Amino acid sequence: MTALAVEHLDAHHGQLHAVRDVSFTVRSGGRLVLIGANGAGKTTLLRAIAGAHPASGGRVLLGDADVTALPANRRAALGVALVPEGRRLFADMTVEENLLLGRMTGRKGTWNVERVLETFPNLRPRFKARAGDLSGGEQQATAIGRALMGNPDVLLLDELSLGLSPLVVDRVYESLDALMHSGTTIVLVEQDLSRALAVADMVVCMLEGRVVLESPAADVSREQVTEAYFGLRRESGAMEAVS
Amino acid sequence: MFSVMRIINLAHGSLAVLAAFALFVLADQFGISPFLGLLIVTPAMAVVGWLLQIFILERASRAGRLVPILATFGLSILIDNVLFQQFGANTRSLAPYIGDLAFDSWQITDDIAVGKLAVLTLAAAIAILGAIQLFLNFTQLGRAVRATADDADTAGLLGIDARKINALATAVGMATVTLAGAALGMRATFDAYSGGLQLLFAFEAAVIGGAGSVWGTLFGGIILALGQSVGATIAPQGFLIGGHVAFFLVLFARLTFPGSTLRSFVAGALRGAS
Repeated sequence: MTALAVEHLDAHHGQLHAVRDVSFTVRSGGRLVLIGANGAGKTTLLRAIAGAHPASGGRVLLGDADVTALPANRRAALGVALVPEGRRLFADMTVEENLLLGRMTGRKGTWNVERVLETFPNLRPRFKARAGDLSGGEQQATAIGRALMGNPDVLLLDELSLGLSPLVVDRVYESLDALMHSGTTIVLVEQDLSRALAVADMVVCMLEGRVVLESPAADVSREQVTEAYFGLRRESGAMEAVS
Repeated sequence: MFSVMRIINLAHGSLAVLAAFALFVLADQFGISPFLGLLIVTPAMAVVGWLLQIFILERASRAGRLVPILATFGLSILIDNVLFQQFGANTRSLAPYIGDLAFDSWQITDDIAVGKLAVLTLAAAIAILGAIQLFLNFTQLGRAVRATADDADTAGLLGIDARKINALATAVGMATVTLAGAALGMRATFDAYSGGLQLLFAFEAAVIGGAGSVWGTLFGGIILALGQSVGATIAPQGFLIGGHVAFFLVLFARLTFPGSTLRSFVAGALRGAS
């Protein structure tokens, strides 16, 4: 069963065509990793899927529902959660308050404050701390926990490792290991190729707003991904795309 | 409205005067006490605020930062002139409709008396601000309001409808404006064009106390009133001048010590004095 389908999606930043005719599907419980250089359109794509950025063409489907015309808050209520690039916590609110806001989707499920604290035990001693005073890793854990509190069907994670030390990134991914295999559909933007290939079952590579590689992770090599990342295959005239 | 939506409402004073006139009509023509009249006018003004946000301010906000200011300025002119058209230039007051409360006082000493209405107004202000603080800090809806004020884009990602939150904030703002209009009408006189002066006082109080601060606005109002009272004791026209002097002193301090809060400024002054 398809949890998320993106069909010929376009998005602009003013005159800049940031996302060009992007299409892919993610099966229920799948883990799709989106990779690409800075400015490839990954964040814009995730935001367009979540409804935070208007699409100028194409469709976004959650299951069978076409949500293209819906605003972000309606899509969140239907089960899409985005952990934005840079975390975007409410800095003057506590960890507790940030997590509780995740319940505004009104969706019922197994995720609650206690389960978030079990998944991210480093948040327990910081529960009443102001979000702006947290370390980078703690902020990332809070942002993910806040998204999970909405009990999403599809979780979009934008650059979890941004601004974090490798050790902290390791800890975040360790905490997410159970989530990655829990059946939640995940779309993850990740710059670290090794880490991306380790967690993904589908890989999509973007270059200049377009999808230049789409493949099951098991069927693609690191070299192929690297070539697609830098557009080397494209320059040679051969586009490696697996539909 | 500024705290949540970053909208400067130039119709704030005129809306307070509108509420005062509504209470006056209920008292004068229907014999309804202004206190009972608040039960009618407050929700009515809240609905007006909701509609104002949905149909005017939300659309104005999409056109840039200046348009909402112009829209509320136009609204203030509209309200002032409609009130003038309806009620003329005569001043009105709600004092005749609240019995002895308008002039009763508690005698503290032989020389000092405290007006009951003044104390009631202060108590009401503290209660309302306390209720707003509790709402913002301890309810899910209050957290949603704070989140929307901080980052409406991210709030939307969490399922929060910023349109409804903004409309709620405007409705709450209109409800408090109604209470301000009632206090104005009970303690002083008002006419169709009183809104401008009330707007000026509101701005001065907000700047003194810190824009966006719930309790800062109360503190700013008290400082402003003290300045006005001191000015009035010095000269007959000193009421307004005293308040403006207090405002400019605080503004000068904020410009001279940018980034400082009133709390840090006082703490620093106390450290220097000790």
